[in-house]
Amino acid sequence: MKVRDVAHLARIALSDEEASRYQEQMDQILKYVEQLNRIDVTGIEPTAHAGAVFDVVRDDVATGGSLSQEAALQNAPAVSHDQFRMPKVVE
Amino acid sequence: MNVAELTIAQLREAYLTKSLTPAEVLTSLASEIDRKDPSIGGYLSYDLDRALVDAAGCDLSLPLGGVPIAIKDLINVEGHPCSCASKMLEGKYTSPYDATVVRKLRAAGAIPFGRTNMDEFAMGSSNENSGIKPCHNPHDTSRIPGGSSGGSAAVIASHTAIAALGTDTGGSIRQPASHCGVVGLKPTYGRVSRYGLVAFASSLDQCGPMTKTVADAARLLEVISGGCDRDSTCLNDEVPRYTEAVGRDIKGLRIGLPSEYFAAGLNPQVKEKVESAIRLLESLGAEVIPVSLPNTEHAVATYYVIATAEASANLARFDGVRYGHRAEAGDLIELYKKSRAEGFGDEVKRRIILGTYVLSSGYYDAYYLRAQKVRTLIRRDFDDAFTKVDLIASPVSPTPAFKMGEHHSDPLSMYLADIYTISANLAGICGISIPCGTVNVDGKALPVGLQLLGKPMGEMDLIRAGHAHEVAAQ
Repeated sequence: MKVRDVAHLARIALSDEEASRYQEQMDQILKYVEQLNRIDVTGIEPTAHAGAVFDVVRDDVATGGSLSQEAALQNAPAVSHDQFRMPKVVE
Repeated sequence: MNVAELTIAQLREAYLTKSLTPAEVLTSLASEIDRKDPSIGGYLSYDLDRALVDAAGCDLSLPLGGVPIAIKDLINVEGHPCSCASKMLEGKYTSPYDATVVRKLRAAGAIPFGRTNMDEFAMGSSNENSGIKPCHNPHDTSRIPGGSSGGSAAVIASHTAIAALGTDTGGSIRQPASHCGVVGLKPTYGRVSRYGLVAFASSLDQCGPMTKTVADAARLLEVISGGCDRDSTCLNDEVPRYTEAVGRDIKGLRIGLPSEYFAAGLNPQVKEKVESAIRLLESLGAEVIPVSLPNTEHAVATYYVIATAEASANLARFDGVRYGHRAEAGDLIELYKKSRAEGFGDEVKRRIILGTYVLSSGYYDAYYLRAQKVRTLIRRDFDDAFTKVDLIASPVSPTPAFKMGEHHSDPLSMYLADIYTISANLAGICGISIPCGTVNVDGKALPVGLQLLGKPMGEMDLIRAGHAHEVAAQ
């Protein structure tokens, strides 16, 4: 694992100091996790979550419980024209 | 009478006999917090004025009428800050709505009061990962209170709160409860709604009570449990009267002792306290039966693959766009990367990077899918054990509270200390930590917890046995 490459995928900028420290720690953690390869899991179904409910659906009607636009924007770092403001993404 | 030392039961009695009012209680709590909390760091903030407004409108005839509840700082309470003890959100986020657990608390007359310290985004076992300030163990302030709900445990132990809510993803209610000498209950996955809790690992997270007594935990659990149409994993099963399990005898209750939980690595003083607690349960009529959970040794590895994978997806929302910290940046990718670099602390970054790796193309099958399969084996261990017993008893943590800084540069050594609590989250079962005495370390009496694990929806048995122990141990 190359920490800096994965950090880019995770959209986290790392300093050189962080990258070298995390690299060492992550190598150690992954080495520990490798014990999972020694277990025979042939024919075992994966467990995504331990709950007993699946595919819960409700009628497709508005419940009236949504946030107002004002409430949805109240914590935004930058707002313009009642919308989240972003750096330009199209040249 | 020191109001802050009261239990929920005692406080309710005082209200019903009109010897106290909610406003008096909130005011005394606030002055206790001002007096004691600076040396503990259990609270990130509290808002007395807002709580007094809530108190003026609350109905004292309701089950939790007028009872202030301290709230872990990742649970949304409308109009309150919610920082998850992270620079990403500190001073930048005010909750626009109530979490379902908070809505249920309010409907039962309770007053959310105070935001408790925690490991940043609930990632940690010592509260040392708080991005805002350290939290200390009230029994020895040079030691950690446990985590991630360290603040919730510390404020109860230091008597600056009546009761609190915490969350538990791998032991984050039970382990701090054990280290601080309070009661902490992790409900069955799906028992309590997760709507309005800032998600860490969605298949493992569960919210539960942290209290001074088992009876208080039952009262709180009865209120916060039950279906929620905004959390599709929340179960609609009827909520039993948990308070009715309080005081029931435990004759014939079958308690399993997993040999794997009493093996090498367990501090001998902790072992002795836990074994003595189990003998006490036996003397009250419980039947103690050896059981085996053979995949225990793989639980920590399984957990740190699954939990980090889920965390990497859940924390993608903190990107500097809709809420939270935004860095100055020229383009969008740089905005994401710098905002997250500046907003997140070390442990959160490590876990997001690890989670991203185990989900990445080419590694998904080797790590994530394999861990999900081992998770099935761990769950089966419990299914097998619960065909023979009603409860499983064990230590909560292999050692008493450790010194601050002890595991600082070695995250793996801290992960390994979660060995006794993590499996319950992977299996989705319920568990409780109850105080079972203290051990003397460096001249300080440090609390030890007994863990009882129950079947899915087996909370009645946890409360029944936990309360029986609590009464008999006095």
